[in-house]
Amino acid sequence: MGWEPIRKRRTGPVEPNLVDYERVYAGFSWDEARSQLTGLPGGGLNIAYEAVDRHAAGASRDRGALRCRGRGGHTTELTYDELRRATNRFANVLRELGAGKGDRVATLLGRVPELYVTAIGALKNTSVYAPLFSAFGPEPVRERLRLGDVRVLVTTPQLYRKRVAQLRDSLPALEHVLVIGDDPPAGTRSFAEAMARAGDEFTIPPTSPDDMALLHFTSGTTGKPKGAVHVHGAVLAHHVTAAYALDLHAGDVYWCTADPGWVTGTSYGIIAPLTHGVTVIVDASDFDSHGWYEVLQDERVTVWYTAPTALRMLMRSGAELAKRYDLSALRFVASVGEPLNPEVVVWGQEALGLPVHDNWWQTETGAIMISNYAAEDVRPGSMGRPIPGVEAGIVTGDGDGVTEVGDPEAVGELALRPGWPSMFRGYLHDDKRYAESFVDGWYLTGDLARRDPDGYYWFVGRADDVIKSAGHLVGPFEVESALMEHPAVAEAGVIGKPDPVVGEVVKAFVTLREGHDPTEELRAELVAFGRRRLGAVAPKEIAFDQHLPHTRSGKVMRRLLKSRELGLPEGDTSTLEVGR
Amino acid sequence: MTPDEAREMIRAALVTVAPDVVLDEVDPDADLREELDLDSIDFQAYTAELARRSGLAVTEDDQRRLTTLAAGVDFLTRARTHC
Repeated sequence: MGWEPIRKRRTGPVEPNLVDYERVYAGFSWDEARSQLTGLPGGGLNIAYEAVDRHAAGASRDRGALRCRGRGGHTTELTYDELRRATNRFANVLRELGAGKGDRVATLLGRVPELYVTAIGALKNTSVYAPLFSAFGPEPVRERLRLGDVRVLVTTPQLYRKRVAQLRDSLPALEHVLVIGDDPPAGTRSFAEAMARAGDEFTIPPTSPDDMALLHFTSGTTGKPKGAVHVHGAVLAHHVTAAYALDLHAGDVYWCTADPGWVTGTSYGIIAPLTHGVTVIVDASDFDSHGWYEVLQDERVTVWYTAPTALRMLMRSGAELAKRYDLSALRFVASVGEPLNPEVVVWGQEALGLPVHDNWWQTETGAIMISNYAAEDVRPGSMGRPIPGVEAGIVTGDGDGVTEVGDPEAVGELALRPGWPSMFRGYLHDDKRYAESFVDGWYLTGDLARRDPDGYYWFVGRADDVIKSAGHLVGPFEVESALMEHPAVAEAGVIGKPDPVVGEVVKAFVTLREGHDPTEELRAELVAFGRRRLGAVAPKEIAFDQHLPHTRSGKVMRRLLKSRELGLPEGDTSTLEVGR
Repeated sequence: MTPDEAREMIRAALVTVAPDVVLDEVDPDADLREELDLDSIDFQAYTAELARRSGLAVTEDDQRRLTTLAAGVDFLTRARTHC
């Protein structure tokens, strides 16, 4: 092991929400926790009401809900009441456009106030909010807009011209594009003008906890991206997990650095903190160590939810840099997205005076499932223990069935018992894949883990070939498919190559068609081709390989490519067909 | 180093990360990360490549300033005249 647990002394400025883990876990019930929410005045449950309207109707009405730091240094602040009115306007805009219940409304945006208004306004209108990562290239954008049957898209004129305009003909379902900023390009209209014309009163229609609310795209090993469907009832899990795993208290100033294009940016960048009535800091800038410490210092951030990649980049800048800033307001630091190595947890103690609390969840779970807690000891390198209300297990087996592993410390697949409120309710248009995610009463996560005798979980690896880069899941198939559209490429195999900062970088092995030579020029051309098609999920490295290993059924063996890359033994190659 | 040489070095360093870059189309005062869709991994690789090619140490503070083309040219031309 080598890493001593970090013991907690109960001397913080506020009493943690969860002080006796075993007792709370044993006595928890989701039904009882439901009383922490308000519910729609006429009955039913709508995320937007819990996040915004119930605070705007009470004592928090004039409290800051969002404080958005723009790139140019200007800050836009919206109180809970202002956010209520702005999101009412956007709900009215959607109604005006003819978008209603269940219709998909997507954003392709960075961290701007309009993203928050769109998300919550769409939820008010009982439409479905689907965020897209703004660094995606046109191909991933097209796939997701099509898969999601997106009717309304909110983006910027620049992103529209670069990523969407050329796709428009192939996306008949996409009826309306609203752009932020002046000069809407042809085929789009101004977000600001539409908002100015809309009224700021809106009554949320009846909403059931089982109504579809959110659509999050994620990647699998095979095939195209998956659209994970979440419902309004998920807000209970968002709220409860933010209390336990992030220790959010009313009055906190909270900063979540996740990109709003991924699930964390919605669950914990928008919904969960607002349900607690805290002030959410939004910073539009790209990562920069000085800039980030400035945000923590100047905004007097109390709770910070970030990612291992960012923490490792801060670590590279040294603890000295952290000490130049006044971080005395900071009370709790948490991290998610990929395994957090023990060095970073301990570095937090040294540089920030606080350990970093790792937690684990995924797009399908909708909310944090396993976590370290404010009042509990931290075991550096462990993702922690299950959230009260969540039953986890380590299972082994195959397609025919799984059984729970008895041995402590044995490695198996991390599995969860269905029943928590934010569990995904389907993969859009793919019932078969959804059904296959559940075996013998367990939801199988695809992550390998072990559980120590005290119930702490430790991440071991992915059970499949999905790549985790800078906290984002990248599906190798999607990258391979894009590369194979290049006329010189016969076949491609894509893996995650371990990287000390971002976890894994995307690396492609490419077999060339006859008549093409593996030159440096072609390599550069393929890197550029990948970037144009895929944007941020493009391969950073490309290697030529005329002898990709195949299974007998003809699939590229990514696992073997990875073993070779790592210089590991190649393992069982009995199903392998070398060369062709 | 002359400003033209500095631009050429920047171009060569950028191309290792984003081979499709056409520097003439880049606004000298715009954030390169936005203009060229560089993520944080790309940007670090670019500044490391610039350090390698120029033989200059690129500190954390320098890296902050290298976000525009104009700043990059300034950094390279100035550094040489001082040493």
